Amino acid sequence: MDALFSYLVFPGFLFTAGIGCIASWLDRKVTARVQWRVGPPFFQPVFDLVKLMVKETVIPRGCAKGVFLGAPLFGLATVTLVSTLIWKILLDAETAFAGDLIVILYLLMIPGLSVIVGGFSSRNPIASLGASREMKLMLADELPFILAASVPIIQAKGSISLGFILGYQETYGMILGTWSGALAFIAAILAMQAKLALVPFDMAEAETEIMGGVMVEYSGPPLAVFKLTRIMMLFTLPMLLVALFMGGVRFDGLGALWSVLKYILLLVLVILIRNTNPRLRIDQAMRFLWGPVTWIAVLAVVVAILGH
Amino acid sequence: MGFKLNALTRSLWVYHLSTGSCNNCDIEILDCLTPRYDLERFGITLVGSPKHADVLLVTGNMTLKNIPRVQKVYESMAKPGVVIAIGTCALGHGIFKGSYTCPQCVDEVLPVNLYIPGCPPKPEAIMAGVVKLVKHLREKKT
Repeated sequence: MDALFSYLVFPGFLFTAGIGCIASWLDRKVTARVQWRVGPPFFQPVFDLVKLMVKETVIPRGCAKGVFLGAPLFGLATVTLVSTLIWKILLDAETAFAGDLIVILYLLMIPGLSVIVGGFSSRNPIASLGASREMKLMLADELPFILAASVPIIQAKGSISLGFILGYQETYGMILGTWSGALAFIAAILAMQAKLALVPFDMAEAETEIMGGVMVEYSGPPLAVFKLTRIMMLFTLPMLLVALFMGGVRFDGLGALWSVLKYILLLVLVILIRNTNPRLRIDQAMRFLWGPVTWIAVLAVVVAILGH
Repeated sequence: MGFKLNALTRSLWVYHLSTGSCNNCDIEILDCLTPRYDLERFGITLVGSPKHADVLLVTGNMTLKNIPRVQKVYESMAKPGVVIAIGTCALGHGIFKGSYTCPQCVDEVLPVNLYIPGCPPKPEAIMAGVVKLVKHLREKKT
């Protein structure tokens, strides 16, 4: 019962979706302000989701129905699980278990995987193109992200536990403050941008180019679930970086404000990267992520092993 | 029902379909999304796929070759959805009246909910039309 509550309500589904909607609104609002527009009203993401829920679901002829409709739910369930895990550990480090960071990194791949499966199962050439791009992007961003995530592990004396890493940062200051931490943080932000599929890396659903890519055949509730997964990722991934590099969150007095600021800082950084860059081609993205970003991450790991 | 309708009319996603227009109406439609007019204030965005759309914007004088394709796009649009015809050509062919390439108007092929005349209509006219449509939808269903 307790587990169900935490999965569905507090650190899990409702909480993540709520904050994610605010983050999504902030994303659109800041984008609009950057472009000198007014931007959408506060409840816009909620209106969008509700509207999609009441629309008709069109299932393309001859596609694998179960996979087509199941893929979005699979992604949503996973991102909820990741968010629940991260928040449980952030709120109470006792709930951490050995190797939870591996579980989190592993589960974070699944929303991308569900997009790929959904795209391929929809039996549309454009969706297949988008799905194959998403697949390449996933190959490209996994390596620097995992390398960057291994820097806190090395610094925390080889413990693969998010709870232990948080405890370590409590005593020795945040990992971002060290040379290796700062380098890994840069690599992690760029890999996160690719995982969130935001603008320099949104070639999988390039609207002007391949008409929504992987989402092209989705309509109504399944599309709403995909959008909700994206919205929740916008909250979950920055929170993981906050936990890994910026010492987690605290809720006593000024600490609460500082915690919120950390998240907003990361979010605004993501939004500004999104607004000041054009879309890369998939080969450019792979070269970028496997080239400079991976080298930064490798350098961070080397510096971390040397102990700085 | 009220809340659903509220959400429907506050988040209109537009799929923009040119059926042989001279691109002038299309430019005016894109003007509505620019900083000066900014239709995203009302939750209106352009989407890339008709399956995501609530509004099908049709411009141009519906050439013979385009008729089956337009029907296909309309059928693949997830319902409930509305169709808006924009520009003199879409409404009644304009200067192309009587041409052998365009025997039918948009409203002879699709159930059009809103007509916006003009060659091309100003962005203000398009926005006024959308406001009228939203008001009409709300009054009809609640």
